Amino acid sequence: MIKATQIIGQSVFYGLFIAATGYLSASPAYQVIEPDMALVKISMAHTSKPAGKCITQTPEQLEKLPPNMRLPVVCPRERSPLYLEVELDGKMIYQESILPAGINHDSACYNYHKIKVPAGSYNLKTRMRDSILTEGFDYTAERNVELAASDILVIDFDSKHQEFIFE
Amino acid sequence: MNNQIQKFCDSSMSTIEGWFGRAFGKELNPMYYLGALTVYLFYIVLVSGIYVFVLYESSIFGAWSSLEYMSNELRWSAGIMRSLHRYASDAAIITIFAHMFREFMRDRFRGVRWYSWFTGIPVLWMTALLGISGYWLVWDTMAQYIAIASSEMMDWLPIFTEPMARNFLTSEDMNDRFFTLIAFIHVIGIPIFLVFGVWIHLFRISRSTINPPRGLAIGTLLALVVLSIVYPAVSHEQANLDTIPASVNLDWFYLNIFPLADSWSMGAIWALVWGVSVFLMILPWFPIKKQPPVAVVFPEECNGCGQCEDDCPYSAIEMVKREDDSPYDEVAVVQADHCVSCGICAGSCPSSTPFRKMDPLVTGIDMPDDSIHALRNDTNTVLENLSEDTRMIVYGCAHAANLDQYNNSGTAVITLPCTGMLPASFIDYSLRRGNVDGVFITGCVDNNCHFRHGNNWLDERIDHERKPALRSRVDRNRVHIFRAETSDQKKLGGALDEFRSYLEGYKPDTVEKEETKEVENHD
Repeated sequence: MIKATQIIGQSVFYGLFIAATGYLSASPAYQVIEPDMALVKISMAHTSKPAGKCITQTPEQLEKLPPNMRLPVVCPRERSPLYLEVELDGKMIYQESILPAGINHDSACYNYHKIKVPAGSYNLKTRMRDSILTEGFDYTAERNVELAASDILVIDFDSKHQEFIFE
Repeated sequence: MNNQIQKFCDSSMSTIEGWFGRAFGKELNPMYYLGALTVYLFYIVLVSGIYVFVLYESSIFGAWSSLEYMSNELRWSAGIMRSLHRYASDAAIITIFAHMFREFMRDRFRGVRWYSWFTGIPVLWMTALLGISGYWLVWDTMAQYIAIASSEMMDWLPIFTEPMARNFLTSEDMNDRFFTLIAFIHVIGIPIFLVFGVWIHLFRISRSTINPPRGLAIGTLLALVVLSIVYPAVSHEQANLDTIPASVNLDWFYLNIFPLADSWSMGAIWALVWGVSVFLMILPWFPIKKQPPVAVVFPEECNGCGQCEDDCPYSAIEMVKREDDSPYDEVAVVQADHCVSCGICAGSCPSSTPFRKMDPLVTGIDMPDDSIHALRNDTNTVLENLSEDTRMIVYGCAHAANLDQYNNSGTAVITLPCTGMLPASFIDYSLRRGNVDGVFITGCVDNNCHFRHGNNWLDERIDHERKPALRSRVDRNRVHIFRAETSDQKKLGGALDEFRSYLEGYKPDTVEKEETKEVENHD
């Protein structure tokens, strides 16, 4: 026969059990980002230019090759690293050289980076170079952005239209 | 593990179990059913999960709203089921960690028992993955946070060429197939591996307890239903990839690693995850447990009855076809890497009877360091030393309440590795030698045997429910069973005094008493 003390004891243990389960299942709250901050995500997937000059083969050179390998223009397999800069109100917040993926660095360049910034209005400048054979930047963009608290600004690159995207 | 530390851990655990024992009794003590409770909680998770999944819509817009509908419009059916699904999952983490803690404190994870500990760690991680993937399916701001954080963690590993986190850059990057994929992983993929993992985890354990007693099962379910009604599980706001949630009410049972991703490098987080996993997995070998030699079979005394195979709690014995010219078909074979040296097999062997005249006494299966022959000699020696008017012999085990303090001229004490090692015929033997009035059996309490079933097997042999059974000629009034943990030391002392008083007033059949002296050492 179950005693009154056992009923009390079991109630205490079950009570503690569900209290711990209930509390830790949703508490304490975790502050992901400070209330007055916004987030800038810089992420792109872009295939840069070959890391060397392409060579146009002469008819004599092509003649020496098997028929299936007679390419008029031969480019190096390796691609250039992608160089990217992001400025916010004249202050550099991101500056990175991104290597192409793959063992031979012959694939696209990928990056993903997050930066927390205080909410507010900014002048945003982005610059990118995708060839080691050129000086300066191949792509640039400038924009005034308004970031409210908890907003996310995504800076991406549209390889098809060769332009930066701000979302 | 140092002996002193081990004793302290064992005694502390015994005290904690004692608290639960006072409230639940030994039959329903939840500390004895932590593994079974975890399996039971998974049953609740499964049933409630199926219910919720029937109403769940696996699409970007449907995922969150279908769960909101369940919580708000179907609060007393699907709403409770949803809450049960969450809370039973959370409670499973409590029981899993309590289970691990208890096995650690009781030193039941080293030596041969490494296997269950080692295989339990992947089960723990699979459970964690199951919980995390479940939270993705809600697709609220917390799901958004953990989906992105887990993707960022995965991106640190050299698996994907394109960062996985790019899938969550904008709402346009998402599509309904994402939810189909995650639902498949959560509902079918991980659970299949989990069931397989649990099967491997229990592979070397015979007669594993996977269902808690009914009272405990009902109590646990009721408690979780109460929690689900009082504090129903709810979603955050619907996910919006254009904003970052300022704060989330994390489920700390499953999602505790993610806040670290905001302050630690991903490399450090993976180092922590793998470091903890490897540490836990190699723990059974630090230090290596010194185990007595394993059981040895003496084929000439083995009649192939298979009782030892049936009784072994670790599936360490198998019966194989005999190759010699013995009239018996099979002989026992010990798998040394499964044997924990508990001696239960020796206690279950019908040849382990002290009445045999053979000297030295050789039985079918025996322990090299604690043989049945030595047990008979010890019994003879301690019985001869008794000189009080009322005399009793106590058989107990080395993993429960300490017995040395009761050794005196009126009480003989024999401590075995496990009381399951005691053949019931020793009780008959002790009484028939005539220098003792009663036999007191103690050792691990029900459902908490250090070697899983040894105490139950002996009790069943005494109650004629298991072979080799105690002979019916034994006066059962002179045999008392009182199981006692370390925390029951005082109660044990009281029980011994009580049994002594009882024996003082007890008048056994005098004719039988005369007979016993004559049949001493008779087979």
